[in-house]
Amino acid sequence: MRHAWFIARRVIAELLRDKRTLALMFVAPVLIMFLMKLVFTANSTTGVTVATVGLPTNVRTALNDVKHVTVVKRGTEQAAKRALADQKVDAYIEKTAANRYRVTYANTDATKTALVKAGFGAALTAAGVKTLQQTVTKMGKTITVMSATIKKLSAAQAVAAAKAAGAAGGSAAAGTGATSGAAGTAGSSATTEAASDSTAAGDSAGAATSDTTATTKASTGKAAKVKVTNRYRYGNKDTGFFDKIVPILMGFFVFFFVFLISGMALLKERTTGTLDRLLATPVRRGEIVAGYMLSYGVLAIIQTVIIVLTTVGFMNVEITGSLFAVMVINFLLALVALAFGILMSTFAQSEFQMMQFIPIIVIPQVFFSGIVPLDSLADWVKNISYVLPLTYAGNAMTQVIMHGKGLLSLGLDIAVLLLFLAVLSALNVRGMRRYRKV
Amino acid sequence: MTATQMNLNHVVKRFGKQTVLQGVDLTVQAGEIVGLIGPSGAGKSTVIKTALGMEVADGGSATVLDTQMPNRALLGRIGYMAQDDALYSTLSGRENLTFFGRMKDVGKNALAPAIAHVAAVVDLTPDLDKRVAGYSGGMKRRLSLAIALLGDPELLILDEPTVGIDPALRRKIWRELDAVRDAGRGVLITTHVMDEAELVDRVALLLDGRVMAFDRPAALEQQYGVATIEDVFLKAEGVAL
Repeated sequence: MRHAWFIARRVIAELLRDKRTLALMFVAPVLIMFLMKLVFTANSTTGVTVATVGLPTNVRTALNDVKHVTVVKRGTEQAAKRALADQKVDAYIEKTAANRYRVTYANTDATKTALVKAGFGAALTAAGVKTLQQTVTKMGKTITVMSATIKKLSAAQAVAAAKAAGAAGGSAAAGTGATSGAAGTAGSSATTEAASDSTAAGDSAGAATSDTTATTKASTGKAAKVKVTNRYRYGNKDTGFFDKIVPILMGFFVFFFVFLISGMALLKERTTGTLDRLLATPVRRGEIVAGYMLSYGVLAIIQTVIIVLTTVGFMNVEITGSLFAVMVINFLLALVALAFGILMSTFAQSEFQMMQFIPIIVIPQVFFSGIVPLDSLADWVKNISYVLPLTYAGNAMTQVIMHGKGLLSLGLDIAVLLLFLAVLSALNVRGMRRYRKV
Repeated sequence: MTATQMNLNHVVKRFGKQTVLQGVDLTVQAGEIVGLIGPSGAGKSTVIKTALGMEVADGGSATVLDTQMPNRALLGRIGYMAQDDALYSTLSGRENLTFFGRMKDVGKNALAPAIAHVAAVVDLTPDLDKRVAGYSGGMKRRLSLAIALLGDPELLILDEPTVGIDPALRRKIWRELDAVRDAGRGVLITTHVMDEAELVDRVALLLDGRVMAFDRPAALEQQYGVATIEDVFLKAEGVAL
């Protein structure tokens, strides 16, 4: 295996002379991740403008109170329609009848449509709660009046009963008792109903607004503030889509660059004849593959260090697990990518043909390795992901970075990666028999 | 001086349905230069690949230095120079030599003197630390030859070593080959430059996967009754003179 070491040194020496390729490996991932962070962070603060036609004031006010929603009033449906056509508003809402609303969306941006839908729903609930509160307050007043009347009434009755005590009319006393009991029951049941209603309204109002504001006014109307403290097991309140894809993205860059550059390097050895010359020496075929693995493994580690440092340092991504585990997984993935790249290079006649593997082998990994959630997809689509090495590396990286898992609990992912590596390497060593029979 | 360095005995080689070599007999003795000439597609490269063990003969036998080919370990005792330069162009001449020296298991202490020696032989000493990318075509050929000479191989196999180089350099390379021969080693060389075929000790004419004639150039010319190897070649091919 001494030869493998010298081959690795030569491959690295060659790469060090090729500054552009080095820059591609080390700078491009950082640049792309930085751009992705910009893009995916900007998306989370979309605002919408909604035109309203003939909406009740309380609904309109409630809608305007929803975060990221701005309301503009339009006199007629025509005016609102025009505003929508001119892209001044993202949707307009009109009242068609009592409790009947019609919302027209521009629907050119699904996030905005969803925001309007959620916002209007919340506004309707909030307005409904207010109306209910007013009714409850009114009812409460009526009940107070009623119970006062009842009190007066029963007091008068008590006086009357005292007066009639001497007469000792057993049936009459039973009759008044029954009347007073009935009145009391009616009064108390009314109170219970009102109370339970107001509790339910309070719950629904809380649910509707808790998404947008942490502090919610309690529905009792007495301005009792509820404070919600949020705690996050991973990251902080700014943690978003970008943070979710970082672990997979890290693996993807390692896979992509090692696959492409190593594949091209071996292709070049073949086309320039250096592979033939190498095979005309006593070197073992396995030593050539091992030499490439050693050199590109080292490169993958350097690349991972750079990506980790920049994502943690400048993009505030949190790594919960150990950095060592991240390195080990990326190293393993790099070896798989290398074996894959070398294998594919045997099917390519030129560098351009090597590039043609990008849409066939590299891009599917982006779609099926977990960057896009696969949970809702059909089973056969999910099955595709099981044959892609990036799926396992991405999962392992997610477990380490987001859930703080150690290498020992990732046995399955690592075992599958090792299996990929063993099979692909064996195919490579075997495949080189095409060039030399021993 | 009469030890056989390479012996191809009735070698048959097929690629799919096409039979490229139909029973080739070829020997290289220690201390002689054997030329292999033939038109393109005659199977010259296949003969070399079989001798190196890159390909396995489908029939007959190929032995080099008394060992049945293919044999990986034996490759360290053969110097091979391919048709194309096959150099790492981003590395310097010295780095190329060092790398291949290590692949050929030249000892650590022996490597530096060996590099200095072969570089002097091909006249590349002043340019050793320049990158190969900046070399001229002739310099690349010479470096390629230097790599083949590394490690004092007992048998040199050269595939068209003088293609595309100027006459002065060609003469220089031939002088070096003569020196290798005089040191008692065997050389197998393919060429399609006919006047070069006059310079070898024995010449083999390869036509349609068969060795049509194999003898000293002068003997062949006499046998065919012509003045040059080129005429022998044409006559063997059946072209009317």
